Amino acid sequence: MENVIDQGGVDLRVRIGGLHLQNPVLTASGTFGYGRELTAFVNPARLGGIVAKGISLAPRPGNPPPRVVETACGMLNAIGLENVGVERFISDKLPFLRQTGTRVIVNILGDTVEEYGRLAGRLAGVEGIDALEVNISCPNVKKGGVAFGTVPETAAAVTMAVRAAVDVPVIVKLSPNVSDITVIARAVEAAGADAVSLINTLLGMAIDSRSRKPCLANVVGGLSGPAIKPVALRMVWQVARAVAIPVIGIGGIATAGDALEFLLAGATAVQVGTANFYQPRASEEIIDGIRDFLRQEGEPSVRNIIGQVRVDEQ
Amino acid sequence: MTEFQEKSTVTARESLAGDVFRLTVQAPRIAAAAQPGQFVMVRTGDTLDPLLRRPLSIHQVLSDGRLRLLFKVVGKGTGLLAGLGPGLKIDLIGPLGRGFSLAPAGPACLVGGGMGMAPLYFLARRLLQVRPGPGDDQILLGARNRAELELPAAEFSGLGYRLHLATDDGSLGHHGLVPELLDDVLPSVRQVYVCGPYPMMRTVALKCRTAGVACQVSLETHMACGLGVCLGCAVAVAAGGYKHVCKDGPVFAADEVLWKM
Repeated sequence: MENVIDQGGVDLRVRIGGLHLQNPVLTASGTFGYGRELTAFVNPARLGGIVAKGISLAPRPGNPPPRVVETACGMLNAIGLENVGVERFISDKLPFLRQTGTRVIVNILGDTVEEYGRLAGRLAGVEGIDALEVNISCPNVKKGGVAFGTVPETAAAVTMAVRAAVDVPVIVKLSPNVSDITVIARAVEAAGADAVSLINTLLGMAIDSRSRKPCLANVVGGLSGPAIKPVALRMVWQVARAVAIPVIGIGGIATAGDALEFLLAGATAVQVGTANFYQPRASEEIIDGIRDFLRQEGEPSVRNIIGQVRVDEQ
Repeated sequence: MTEFQEKSTVTARESLAGDVFRLTVQAPRIAAAAQPGQFVMVRTGDTLDPLLRRPLSIHQVLSDGRLRLLFKVVGKGTGLLAGLGPGLKIDLIGPLGRGFSLAPAGPACLVGGGMGMAPLYFLARRLLQVRPGPGDDQILLGARNRAELELPAAEFSGLGYRLHLATDDGSLGHHGLVPELLDDVLPSVRQVYVCGPYPMMRTVALKCRTAGVACQVSLETHMACGLGVCLGCAVAVAAGGYKHVCKDGPVFAADEVLWKM
């Protein structure tokens, strides 16, 4: 691809199934808007890709406030999947994303397996979409609200519905709120996923002791930020050993050092999330930092370090 | 809208009263673009706790690229900001959001409670630039006690405005809440600008609605980014659904807001 020289003689290209990335750094869904919002601070063309804010078939207003609260080295959110819906996404948001000069990955979500399939079908063949990322952490309304991503069968059913509807690579974003994430990873791999991304947020809670009320109107919310990085890294390492498809690491990545840990643990690419909120330039700084590290280490390609964590045989 | 990230230098830190502080920082690009009612997102340090930036309204813009922030220490983040001294660096993003729209004709009333006075000072100065003088404009200010109110009141009155004061403990001005001062003033004003604690803004908004006087409110919410990507700063609106304080606000027409009773 075009930007090899820009990367200072180091080859940063990676491949997620059929999705070719100029470097392994993506921005995580829900932390980079629809690509336009942070352009005062970061040049989208330098990114490996943008994962757009999750969309559903119909627009969603989101949860009542308070929706966010800071916790130690992290934050809880219960945004409630607020989004403009697929039609306005295609008409209003995609045209800008399409001309950013980077890969566009559209994150999708739904209430039923059929809804995921219909949504993917609506996006099939739409110009400027390079891959879909499927959020399976949503509650399954037909199965008592149990999240699709916590049951291997429903995780697989969603994956199959999306896979059948589109030709572009399908990345399934895994929930960490399960007893064994490798079981879900294998289920979606068998169902045709081209890659998995992990982790989504960890379910958490905070209480204001003076008012004795939960800090979030939704009572519980998703924990993100540096606080969750060790958990995410462990899960990426476990999943990378359990599946043959590429793994995208997510969870508290704020520096190049964080990203390198995920690559060594077996991630082919990473997503920067919460860091975009407090350091909008984080993703570009991480790309520069990975390049500098590889140069110092004398590694000509980032692909040489993927999965290369040295674990002593017991 | 132009937004900047500036590694600014603190030029002054003043302790105004108890836990209230004023920081003056050199941030020329943000200062040049700032409008009254806009805010900055402030990084409180380089460590991961606190993690998120703090939203602070712009209190004052000085002519030489400096701007002032007025805040009360309410937690770890603002505590760290209060500890910054001259020469130290502070990472700011701004100016952010939609500020006050400067109403055209007719007398205005600015109503500030506690730290809500911060953006109103910038507004009061700007109004003097777009109108011949304070004229019949009035300013109502409230705080917990004399110590918190005395200095800000002196600065506002230095601009030439007519001032009405209230304190919770009666140590300065009216003994009570600042909206109680509004009833006498409302018949003679065309536009009210208010910033302060939520119950106070709600009371002012409802009084204005009853009197048929236009009112702009500057809202405060939890906010992770301030840049329109986290969608954490939702506020329910009368038309249904939510708007976002960081991008649609922080200043709203009072009637646009669905006030929680």
